[in-house]
Amino acid sequence: MDRKVIFEAVDLKINAIADNGTDIPIVKGVNFKVREGEVVALIGESGSGKTTIALSSLGYFKPGLQCVGGEARLLGRDLTKMSNEDLRKIRGERVAYLAQSAAATFNPSLRINEQVTESAVIHGSKTKEEALSYAKALYKRLDLPDPENIGERYPHQVSGGQLQRLMAAMALVSDPTLLVLDEPTTALDVTTQIEVLKAFKKVIKEQKAAAIYVTHDLAVVAQIADRIIVLYNGSIQEKGPANSVIDTPKHPYTDRLMKAVRPLPKDTAELRDRTTKKILKNSLSVKDVLAGYGGITNGVPKITVLEDINVEIGKGEVVGVIGESGSGKSTLARVISGLLPSAEGHVSLFDSTLPPNLRKRSRDQLRRIQFVYQMADTALNPRHTIERIVGRPLEFYHGMKGEKRKRRLIELLEMVELPKEFISRYPEELSGGQKQRISLARALAAEPEIILCDEVTSALDSIVGSNVIKLLRKLQKNLDVSYVFISHDLSTIASFADRIVVMYNGKIMEQGPVHEVLSPPSHPYTELLISSIPELRVGWLEEADTKIQKAKEKMQ
Amino acid sequence: MSKEDKEFTEHYVAEFSKKVSFDELPDAPPSGKFRLSLTGKIGAVVVAFWVFIAIFGQFLAPYHENDIPFPDDYLEFQPPKPGAILGTDRDDRDVLSRLMYGAGRTIGISVAATILAYIVGVTLGIGSAVLGGRFDTVISSINNIFLSLPTIMLGLVIVAAVGSTIPILIVTAGLIYATVVFRLARAIGMDVKVMDFVEVSRGRGENLWWIISKEIWPNVRMPLISDFGLRLIYVILFVSSLSFLGLGVQPPMADWGSMVKENLGALQYGESVISVVAPAFSIATLTVAINLIVDDVSAHAGGKLTKRL
Repeated sequence: MDRKVIFEAVDLKINAIADNGTDIPIVKGVNFKVREGEVVALIGESGSGKTTIALSSLGYFKPGLQCVGGEARLLGRDLTKMSNEDLRKIRGERVAYLAQSAAATFNPSLRINEQVTESAVIHGSKTKEEALSYAKALYKRLDLPDPENIGERYPHQVSGGQLQRLMAAMALVSDPTLLVLDEPTTALDVTTQIEVLKAFKKVIKEQKAAAIYVTHDLAVVAQIADRIIVLYNGSIQEKGPANSVIDTPKHPYTDRLMKAVRPLPKDTAELRDRTTKKILKNSLSVKDVLAGYGGITNGVPKITVLEDINVEIGKGEVVGVIGESGSGKSTLARVISGLLPSAEGHVSLFDSTLPPNLRKRSRDQLRRIQFVYQMADTALNPRHTIERIVGRPLEFYHGMKGEKRKRRLIELLEMVELPKEFISRYPEELSGGQKQRISLARALAAEPEIILCDEVTSALDSIVGSNVIKLLRKLQKNLDVSYVFISHDLSTIASFADRIVVMYNGKIMEQGPVHEVLSPPSHPYTELLISSIPELRVGWLEEADTKIQKAKEKMQ
Repeated sequence: MSKEDKEFTEHYVAEFSKKVSFDELPDAPPSGKFRLSLTGKIGAVVVAFWVFIAIFGQFLAPYHENDIPFPDDYLEFQPPKPGAILGTDRDDRDVLSRLMYGAGRTIGISVAATILAYIVGVTLGIGSAVLGGRFDTVISSINNIFLSLPTIMLGLVIVAAVGSTIPILIVTAGLIYATVVFRLARAIGMDVKVMDFVEVSRGRGENLWWIISKEIWPNVRMPLISDFGLRLIYVILFVSSLSFLGLGVQPPMADWGSMVKENLGALQYGESVISVVAPAFSIATLTVAINLIVDDVSAHAGGKLTKRL
């Protein structure tokens, strides 16, 4: 405990200045210390102020934000009162920041080496040659393939997980005393996340750097943090050593965060019961579908995304589709909805074959399949009121007008558990979870047989997301609608779906009832996915690593 | 856990048990009402003044634009004096009256041309964005050809070939500036077209008209409206330039551009300089005032527009 204090926040208060001049407190007096060689995790949901606090350690406040009290001390010097000139010297040399999206951080038209070594050279701590050889050593320590030459590539020539590690090299090249990591693995697939986490952990340990790790994912935190600080609404709710916070959470909010981390369900009688119910009737079937993008020549598209796809969906069944990004799971939904006409094969609904292109489908055929998008922000027209958004399908498919339409509208809002006052609001006046509920209400307004849910919870905070899942389950029970639930999160799917379809590289690897897919022996890729899900306990990362190596060998 | 930490946690536990639901906050507060800044207000007053003169100027002017207030003097470029507050011009006519008559023409032609530019540019621009494919390629290519020609040269050639009546001036300026509006409308339309909510309405089976008028138009309206003012400034300057070069509004009709040209001689002789400064000053005040309002509007639109222009 007597290690040197690297960073200290003393009663830090940060306000947002609104348009009308009033101040909204974002950070309400926060105290904590980061010591040498220690990883402190700031955990909380969006709006908890975690990123704002982390950025204060760089002396940076986002436009519109202002530090109104307290101090942010780096090595004893208060950053909040420092001039821009002094701050520039500190940033990059003493403190380094790792953003969530490496793809947005790298300049696509410069070689990686140039960008990685830039900050050390500008700050004059290393010459170009020194920085370069140091960067190569870092690449090696971060387990990047071909450390000698990978830096000669351009950012688009490496994978997402590699780019994330290269960004870590960029941050570490000038030997910072404090490293700020802002959700560095959130945008990655689980299988990639594990590699990146492992590399980060190793390198932080070796460099003896202090680090602030910002995330909303408790399971990730358990692997990497020494101390945990739980934030809600701009103030600290609980803080303590990682294992004590995880094993014995004191605060109800921490407890709720923990419950939102869903472990994979065990193969129990209950699960079997749920997933092996008799399927009476097939409502949708996808037969031998081949689809892709670009012009179609000789029946084959330029870029094939889906191949040999056969899926049957029963009435009232929930089919989970899982895969990494690029596996073609969203494309499958687009083929079913007709947004992307398939090149070969067909989609049929209750034994009648649907035209591949939605323009050729009848209004009633369109009504029966509805789509709910990942980003409710862009799926709702910002210039339309909720009344118009949800009311349009009522008018369009069912010809409802006036009183009748309004009554049905309120009914729909009740179904998705929103107050009827929302009718006259615009989407921007709603939170992320509420917007997703409106998206769902719009789909339900059509009275569909099938709802395609494309990553509907992945843009939401864990607690909000699990509430949306609860709602989906309730609606499914009451309305007997089928879902095609697309997600990259196996635990979410397993806790909700009846059957799982595992996709990889545009093909279906395995499909079947949840308990069958999850219990061994499963397909090597499924095994890889299962072992990649972070578990909420310290020391999981090391165990998982060996399992994953085995699964990868099997796949080859 | 230290005593301090413990107390602190207990305090919050108490708070939470009272209110267990974690209320979600909306992502963005409802946007504020549009308000003009001080400079914007000054701009609005000046624009209002000129619009008033443009409409009623010819009824309020002391003389007809071609009247000669002092027929007995036979003196050009008389300095300001009672009966002619701004003096007289090259042909002995009252500068103030010509300025008031000219306001209607300069502003009227420019506004009509800008509206035409918008009707043509926005229809084709959004049409191109939504339809895409061959339609977009053809229209965009033609547009690019016209964009690559200098506006004044193009205007001179058309007016010289077809003649310079007021309707032809309006159509010429309108079509030339439609090219710029087209590009803007197409760019904004492209951004909106790829949004999921447009796909949702396509998936619902809506027709093209609904998609354009109900889904896309409300989202492109604001940036286009704020660009309107800026475009109007360019058109005023364009029409005035044409008149100055002698191909715009033809004598003896007055408009600001041709007034500058007619009275340029005053500068040479150093007599009653006000006859040339007054119309030039009018053009400047009007365009600067419009700009002040546009600044406020685009600041309200989040500065996105200024980036795009």
